[in-house]
Amino acid sequence: MAGLGTQDNPLRIAIVGSGPAGFYAAEALLKVAPAVAVDMFERLASPFGLVRSGVAPDHPKLKEPIHVYQRIAASPGFRFFGNVTIGRDISVAELQGCYHAVIFTCGAQSDRTMDIPGEDLAGSHAATEFVGWYNGHPDYRDRVFDLSGSTAVIVGQGNVAVDVCRILAKTADELRGSDIAAHAFEVLAQSKIRDIVMIGRRGPAQAKFTHPELRELGSLADCDPVVNVRDLDLNAASRAELADKSNRAAQKSYEVLQQFAARPAPTHRRRCHIEFLKTPIELRGKGRLESVMLMHNRLTGEASHQVAEPTGETAELSCSILFRSIGYRGVAMPGVPFDAARGVIPNRDGRVTDGATTVPGLYVSGWIKRGPTGIIGTNREDSVLTVNSLLADLPQFDTAARPGAEGLQALFNARSVRLVSYADWQKIDAAEIRRGEAAGKSREKFTRLQDMLGVLASEEQASAACVAA
Amino acid sequence: MTTVVTDNCQRCRFTDCVAVCPVACFHGDDEMLYIDPETCVDCGACISKCPVEAIYEDPIPPDKQRWIEINAARAPNLPPVESKQAPYPGAEERKKSLGF
Ligand SMILES: Cc1cc2nc3c(=O)[nH]c(=O)nc-3n(C[C@H](O)[C@H](O)[C@H](O)COP(=O)(O)OP(=O)(O)OC[C@H]3O[C@@H](n4cnc5c(N)ncnc54)[C@H](O)[C@@H]3O)c2cc1C
Ligand code: SF4
Ligand code: SF4
Repeated sequence: MAGLGTQDNPLRIAIVGSGPAGFYAAEALLKVAPAVAVDMFERLASPFGLVRSGVAPDHPKLKEPIHVYQRIAASPGFRFFGNVTIGRDISVAELQGCYHAVIFTCGAQSDRTMDIPGEDLAGSHAATEFVGWYNGHPDYRDRVFDLSGSTAVIVGQGNVAVDVCRILAKTADELRGSDIAAHAFEVLAQSKIRDIVMIGRRGPAQAKFTHPELRELGSLADCDPVVNVRDLDLNAASRAELADKSNRAAQKSYEVLQQFAARPAPTHRRRCHIEFLKTPIELRGKGRLESVMLMHNRLTGEASHQVAEPTGETAELSCSILFRSIGYRGVAMPGVPFDAARGVIPNRDGRVTDGATTVPGLYVSGWIKRGPTGIIGTNREDSVLTVNSLLADLPQFDTAARPGAEGLQALFNARSVRLVSYADWQKIDAAEIRRGEAAGKSREKFTRLQDMLGVLASEEQASAACVAA
Repeated sequence: MTTVVTDNCQRCRFTDCVAVCPVACFHGDDEMLYIDPETCVDCGACISKCPVEAIYEDPIPPDKQRWIEINAARAPNLPPVESKQAPYPGAEERKKSLGF
């Protein structure tokens, strides 16, 4: 029997999820040893996770890490299996039988709710759905967002909330040419929204958005940022937080807010109001959203540990649409331990744990490991740490050869799983780029699985016709 | 947009920055690291990681402007630094002397 990690018995690893964490884990694995075989499983027919379906369409540069992933995908030893949902089409136990180890990089697929009365009213949405919709994620293709009212409220002050504000604030001309999904462009181009109100529970010193994202709200073609200068008064603890050297980024955001507050009265068609120290306590409306009740807060506690405490003063804000953007959440993977409170797979240094014990052969990286924090590059460091843990465990691995995806073929057939290989994805990718050219866009995404598979079917037909001729 | 490494990086090399770069655009010589502006996506991930605040993004202060050209000129001709390295001997002391 050849030793593990040799040509005859390569170390076979399954990666579940093709976002940044998955690709950086593959990169780290393929870098260390030549005899490693990585099979990546993705539930969609398209790879790249939130780089494709989260990062805003008007930020094309931030999608460039995709070029790095394309290079990783071209490495010998790497294979992609799209359109396979692990935990549904193939169980984790079945996967484990075919690989020496499995790394979960399946991200945070759900979102946190506000848990307040009226949250289910028509017009109340998760930012997750809106983002997925304008980015052409097939799960959200048929969502309906009514932008015929004048006021939109965004609850939360992270960068995702800023993305939502900016997409709502931009003119059709500003969005044209980006890779925004055509169905979303049509609706946004007709939007009647005039006031966009982004609300934070705590103060300007605690907001999570970063200053480049925030600054962008001040340079839009037809929207003014509006900040009330009184909202920028800080208590002593907040001043201490901003003075802390390690908090330089928050200081810079605060300076941008000061610049916004010092602007002359708004003149553009749209306004983006950035408001602090308010918490929604109820959504109201007959059959659909008409207003949100806001509780005013004050900050209490020591610097860096301040909490929002209700003052008892409330205000009602009329609005026709509301997006909550208060955090993403992981969902449980059947057969794998799950920390429901945090929405992550429990782990120690990337090794999946069940209470005090480590589950052999299971690893985790990215948002499903850390929770929904950190940007694309954060996942590179994280995946290197997880792969280091895996490599340190190699001496304990069962050295018997594993079949990899070949061992799953019978199950794929029996369950009618239509696999999408990386070569298939490249055809879909090329077709999207071609479709975009006509419209002057970098690409026009396919937003339905059947359309993606249709590209493959028509290419197969074309090549069959060539052979026949 | 530009993101640049500046003088504080000299003889330091903590390379915490490199570990989080999504596109591996850091390059290095014996003295310090440089960012290749052609590949950098200006995501800002590296900035808060640098223990000596050597990395600047827009708006780059006037006294650091010259580093834009230096990064652009040197990075493409130097080998990439893609993973975390051991800091230079004496890096801790230098960090202290810089006031961090
Ligand atoms: C709206 C939004 C905007 C963002 N913008 C930026 C930005 O501009 N710049 C930046 O640096 N970062 C940005 N981020 C953060 C960045 O996207 C994340 O840090 C990163 O994508 C997390 O990587 P991941 O691999 O853990 O998860 P993901 O990127 O979510 O990838 C997880 C993948 O797993 C797949 N999957 C899930 N379940 C299964 C299953 N059961 N079987 C098979 N596959 C499965 C999913 O389909 C998905 O493709 C943004 C995030 C969001 C939400
Ligand atoms: S962390 Fe800072 S000092 Fe260290 S190598 Fe990177 S830029 Fe240079
Ligand atoms: S800004 Fe982002 S892409 Fe540019 S060097 Fe830093 S981490 Fe890399």
